[in-house]
Amino acid sequence: MKKLINDPADVVPEALRGLAAAHPELRVDHEDRVVLRADAPVQGKVGLVSGGGSGHEPMHAGFVGMGMLDAACAGEVFTSPVPDQVVAATRGVDGGAGVLHVVKNYTGDVMNFEMAAELVSAESDTEVIAVVTDDDVAVQDSLYTAGRRGVGVTVLVEKLAGAAAEEGRPLAEVADVAKRVNATGRSMGMALTSCTVPAAGRPTFDLPDDEMEIGIGIHGEPGRRRVPVAPAREIAEMLVEPILADLDMTGGDGVIAFVNGMGGTPLLELYLMYAEVVAVLEKAGVGIARNLVGSYMTSLDMAGCSVTLLRADDELLRLWDAPVRTPSLRWGA
Amino acid sequence: MTVVDAAALTAWVREFARLVHEQRDTLTQLDSAIGDADHGANLDRGMTAAVAALEATPPDDPAAALKTVATTLIKTVGGASGPLYGTFFLRAAGALDVGTDPTHHGRALAAALRAGYDGVIARGKAERGDKTMLDALGPACDAFDEALAAGKALDEALGAAAEAAAQGRDATEPLIARKGRASYLGERSAGHLDPGAASAALLVEAAATALAGRG
Repeated sequence: MKKLINDPADVVPEALRGLAAAHPELRVDHEDRVVLRADAPVQGKVGLVSGGGSGHEPMHAGFVGMGMLDAACAGEVFTSPVPDQVVAATRGVDGGAGVLHVVKNYTGDVMNFEMAAELVSAESDTEVIAVVTDDDVAVQDSLYTAGRRGVGVTVLVEKLAGAAAEEGRPLAEVADVAKRVNATGRSMGMALTSCTVPAAGRPTFDLPDDEMEIGIGIHGEPGRRRVPVAPAREIAEMLVEPILADLDMTGGDGVIAFVNGMGGTPLLELYLMYAEVVAVLEKAGVGIARNLVGSYMTSLDMAGCSVTLLRADDELLRLWDAPVRTPSLRWGA
Repeated sequence: MTVVDAAALTAWVREFARLVHEQRDTLTQLDSAIGDADHGANLDRGMTAAVAALEATPPDDPAAALKTVATTLIKTVGGASGPLYGTFFLRAAGALDVGTDPTHHGRALAAALRAGYDGVIARGKAERGDKTMLDALGPACDAFDEALAAGKALDEALGAAAEAAAQGRDATEPLIARKGRASYLGERSAGHLDPGAASAALLVEAAATALAGRG
């Protein structure tokens, strides 16, 4: 394993020190490993809290700031934060209008955020609503699985619900925006290589040079099938078609198309993939209203990408265009 | 002689921490196959912290020992295993009523383990056969109860529980996971031991080792 680290056990706290040094506009609580807007709590505004295992940077701490998250909790690598962290974040962003938890659908994340919400409600009258994202069409949603995973749509939920909160809308409405985004967004990912968890020291799974995993998650968990490496054109079809089969994206005001890098894939290839995704969508009669291309939700050093499509409407497009000022997503401000 | 006291349960926790540390890489390897390669590291971190907490503030009674472990795991582990193991120890602590009669200690411990097991079911919304830690804990609770009902001594009953837990762990290999990250693999989760069942078997094995010679 070759990584820019000191001790594998210190990766998360040391990265938070660097984040704090690079972004004085954020406030980093090193003890609880919570990253907050420096002006939190914003009085009268719904607070948005997210968090999850580290290793997906820039998600979530890179999305803390005006128009997006108020706080992010950093767990150990690929391990959800503990309830105390979420409680600290929730208290830190409570400006009197309630707090929205944005939780990705993983067993650990859901349990830790649930326990935190129970603790907050036992100790205060802060209103907390949790929205769980579960947009990964690679996972069969049934009684026999933990349900679909929360992946790319989470970034879109944080942007769009964050914009709604910034407008001063009440908690129930902000939560509705988040739920609507999750209900109308779908994702599918793939990997060319495994990632290497610092504490494990070697790749999580073996993937031969001539094979790829389709339907990958963001934690190095193997995908649903392993196939020979194919040209980008075919990979775009393998990712987009299951999404369109799961949810009709035609009609309406077009989609927000998000091509996301997994951490080890250069932007050159992501733009190439975006062109292929555009071609597949054109053929399917799906219009693109907005797009996002880049590595926003990564899986450490994994090479690969995911595609997220969100069926947009006027309101969601307006919220998408609203100003945002965070370390990793900023426009209009 | 006092059978289930704070010292005995502290010894159990220490032995579990030792086994987890020793088998940390094995647990992580099992988790690499069907999960996300962090189970050994996370549980090792949590149990190391739990032992340190017991040393910093030695508990007065056995339930307090279990409660310290619970709150430490919930604070330090994260993931799914933090809330699940934390809930196990928290519910066990709440149910542990050793009373004054040492001959009842075996049954008191069995009731506590059963309460912990029920807590894991409630927190994880899982059941036996889902390829989780319940597949080791469930058979262990059953075997423990049966051995005590048959008049076996506490340590002998715990030995039977450890054996049942190990069998339950081994029986997870052909199962298709229905909970947790392994469930994303569908049929590809078959053919691997469940890492949670493996660590839960260590928990029961540690109890049998630490309480050997008692009762």
